[in-house]
Amino acid sequence: MAHSNKRVPMNHVIGFILSLAMTLVAAWAAIGSDLPVRWVIIGIMILALLQAGVQLFMFMHVTEAESGNGHVPWNMMFHGFALAGIIVAGSLFTMSFGFDHNHGGDGGEQQHEQQHEQQDHSGH
Amino acid sequence: MAAEELKTGPLEYRTQEGQMGIMGFWIFLGAEVVLFSTLFATYAVLFGRTADAPLPSELFEPGIVLVMTFLLLTSSFTCGLAIHEMRRGSVKGLTIWMAITLALGLGFLGFEIFEFVHYAHEGATIQSSAFWSSFFILAGTHGLHVTLGIGWAILLLIQIKQRGLTNVTSRKFFIISLYWHFLDVIWIFIFTSVYLIGMVI
Repeated sequence: MAHSNKRVPMNHVIGFILSLAMTLVAAWAAIGSDLPVRWVIIGIMILALLQAGVQLFMFMHVTEAESGNGHVPWNMMFHGFALAGIIVAGSLFTMSFGFDHNHGGDGGEQQHEQQHEQQDHSGH
Repeated sequence: MAAEELKTGPLEYRTQEGQMGIMGFWIFLGAEVVLFSTLFATYAVLFGRTADAPLPSELFEPGIVLVMTFLLLTSSFTCGLAIHEMRRGSVKGLTIWMAITLALGLGFLGFEIFEFVHYAHEGATIQSSAFWSSFFILAGTHGLHVTLGIGWAILLLIQIKQRGLTNVTSRKFFIISLYWHFLDVIWIFIFTSVYLIGMVI
């Protein structure tokens, strides 16, 4: 480890500053900006992935030579995150895609109206 | 096997036992990612199903969540510094930075408990709706991991006081540093997909 004799590890400092900056940008995009909601969500999710990358590569020593150049950590994290993406996207696709969750608002009333119509029909 | 000891490189990687232990922990972290993904999926599916309880946009406040995020981000940074000090051979540096890390982690936990109590007072408990159940399970599981991590690190600090820096103790500290950074990775996703998106929608 050539850099382990340094008093201050620069990659840690850079990683820390980067993650602080990305957190602030994400918070501003969500709270302070007038961007469309869709773009805010896409943007802050990308920022979250980048920040996870900062943690893994700058803090968690993923790529150092002693861990076999990061072969195992990289495999574990790649497959873990790939599975996570499949589970979250798949759940949303099967459970929520094309289905309105707002039962409290218009959706509920429409259902009521439909039921009323059906009752009217059966009454006739 | 364990008798074959390298003379160079970080202490925690010098024995095969150390290398295998670290590899095993990476496998565990991969499994943890999948565990949390099921909780995130549950939360995403139940999003909006608040029943009669308050909406997340009414309760989530940017201030306290940003403070929690900065506490955990900084603790991840100081944890990295602790491992840096360990690799320079400094038990004192390791202990000091690890203690700072734990103090920041305790601060994070304090804010999270305060936040949960506040939500409960506003009428959002784990029983009040499907949405709030999934929220408390997701954030609570992360909080439980932080609590376990703090307990674990305190035990390791006692151990390093007794045994000093060896192949074994440095491997244990390296592994808990991976765990602590990993908790920060999970929190980034909770911060983004729960709190920020909850405030946007």
